Amino acid sequence: MNVLFFLCGFIAVVFVLFISVYLIISGLPAIQEIGLVDFLFGTTWASTASEPSFGILPFILTSIYGTAGAIVLGVPVGFMTAVFLAKVAPPKLAAVVRPAVDLLAGIPSVVYGLIGMMVLVPAVREFFNLPDGASLFCAIIVLAVMILPSIISVSENALKAVPREYEEASLALGATHIETVFRVSVPAASSGIAASVVLGIGRAIGEAMAIIMVAGNVANMPGLFKSVRFLTTAVASEMAYASGLQRQALFSIALVLFLFIMLINVVLNTLLKRKKG
Amino acid sequence: MVTIKMQPLSGKRKAYDRILRFLLYFCAALTCALLIFIIGYIFVKGLPHITWEFLSTEPSFIRDSIGILPNILNTVYLVVVTLIIILPLGVGAAIYLTEYATNRRLVSILEFATETLTGIPSIIFGLVGMLFFCQFLGLQASLLAGSLTLVIMTIPTIICTTQESLKTVPQSYREAALGLGAGKWHMIRTVVLPSSVDGIVTGCILSIGRIVGESAALLFTAGMGMSMNSFFSSFDNFIHSSGASLTVALYVYARERAEFDVAFAIAAILMILTLLINLTAKLVGRKLKKK
Repeated sequence: MNVLFFLCGFIAVVFVLFISVYLIISGLPAIQEIGLVDFLFGTTWASTASEPSFGILPFILTSIYGTAGAIVLGVPVGFMTAVFLAKVAPPKLAAVVRPAVDLLAGIPSVVYGLIGMMVLVPAVREFFNLPDGASLFCAIIVLAVMILPSIISVSENALKAVPREYEEASLALGATHIETVFRVSVPAASSGIAASVVLGIGRAIGEAMAIIMVAGNVANMPGLFKSVRFLTTAVASEMAYASGLQRQALFSIALVLFLFIMLINVVLNTLLKRKKG
Repeated sequence: MVTIKMQPLSGKRKAYDRILRFLLYFCAALTCALLIFIIGYIFVKGLPHITWEFLSTEPSFIRDSIGILPNILNTVYLVVVTLIIILPLGVGAAIYLTEYATNRRLVSILEFATETLTGIPSIIFGLVGMLFFCQFLGLQASLLAGSLTLVIMTIPTIICTTQESLKTVPQSYREAALGLGAGKWHMIRTVVLPSSVDGIVTGCILSIGRIVGESAALLFTAGMGMSMNSFFSSFDNFIHSSGASLTVALYVYARERAEFDVAFAIAAILMILTLLINLTAKLVGRKLKKK
């Protein structure tokens, strides 16, 4: 029995190693053939052209810009909502808002994509007078909404863990409730809030299905109202029919994405550790 | 008698207070408004198109009708097969981590791996699942390959929730059982597991939520077919059936066939499922807390 449990205990490690090794093995050949610099910093992706070119800089930059945009829009709203839930909301109101946030987290990404495609894309086209509304801008808004729940719940937990004495001391010195929350509780919970932002970055950079429906999917260099492709959507949109070097290049894109995610995971882990210690 | 005279707040401090308080309420309201808009829009656009025929037939070119029964059954298949595999594995892993493992370093490495697995995007699971299960193991695009991919993806959920509830079982229970002469496994089976059943159930519900909502990992592993499978007619069918889950069907109808009414109807069904899953998880969680 002990051996059996021992094996089960290692299952997560086995899966992580398995995925890493598999991605590295299948991602490296194309990078070797194309050349690391040409692959990472090439600005044209024309995988099906007669003289194919595999530069993924547009995808990398789009993923970075898209994620940054989502963070800029999503973090303030998420952070304020978290502060509201943890410190300001009357219990009865919090009991309504909190389940709403949980529900937002549970909505499948294709549903976000559908709403984005049917409401946001036409609205952006009308409003900014564009030939096609599907753009980086739409993707940023959809991502910002999708990362809200993770930012809210992680920040809220961090804020709730701030010792009550800190706040009482501040109140006793004559600070108002709001001043106490923003000048005492928030700095005390800063590493947890930072962790929530990093978690949001991870979510945004890994999302595929929702943004494939709103970002337009042309391998342009990123521009706010241009049709763009992310690292994730580059893999998803060509996988169905790719073959040969093109297919291997898609695995290499996945490898790049995986390295980004691993980096984010390590940062997240150190932040959470610091909070505990 | 000393009277303490509070100085009135300066204008600047008053403004600071007011503005931030307003922003807090505004952002919370915005979050709720977003949710209400999404649910409302999906229901208004989707619910009118849900009919009994839509739910109980398969798509037919002859009658030019679309039904989603195959997709519903595919989703059920994915949920059931995935749960059957992850339950023993995940609970076993949690038992090892809380009851057996003695080396702290080792436990923290194992927990780090679990967290890492949670952070990996589903499109990567889909890709690796396709390479390994569909091609290397020769399962092709099939629901079984999809389920196995989902196993890798959802196992952290089960491990974490089970671990949490195992930790809440009082140490004295274990000591009492061991003191009465029970072996370690006997003690776990008769004392620890029964008192943490609620946590395991919560884990299952959360996993069902992830499975029902997943799409990127299934796109290349489980296939995109829309016709009926007969899973149970033979073992071969059970392994090789392939087809779209509800989420993948939504994606295909919306992106490739421009059948937006169908897509909204599926979205409405998915929203109802999400609501139900959240509600059940909350009820079970509350029961757990009462203990």
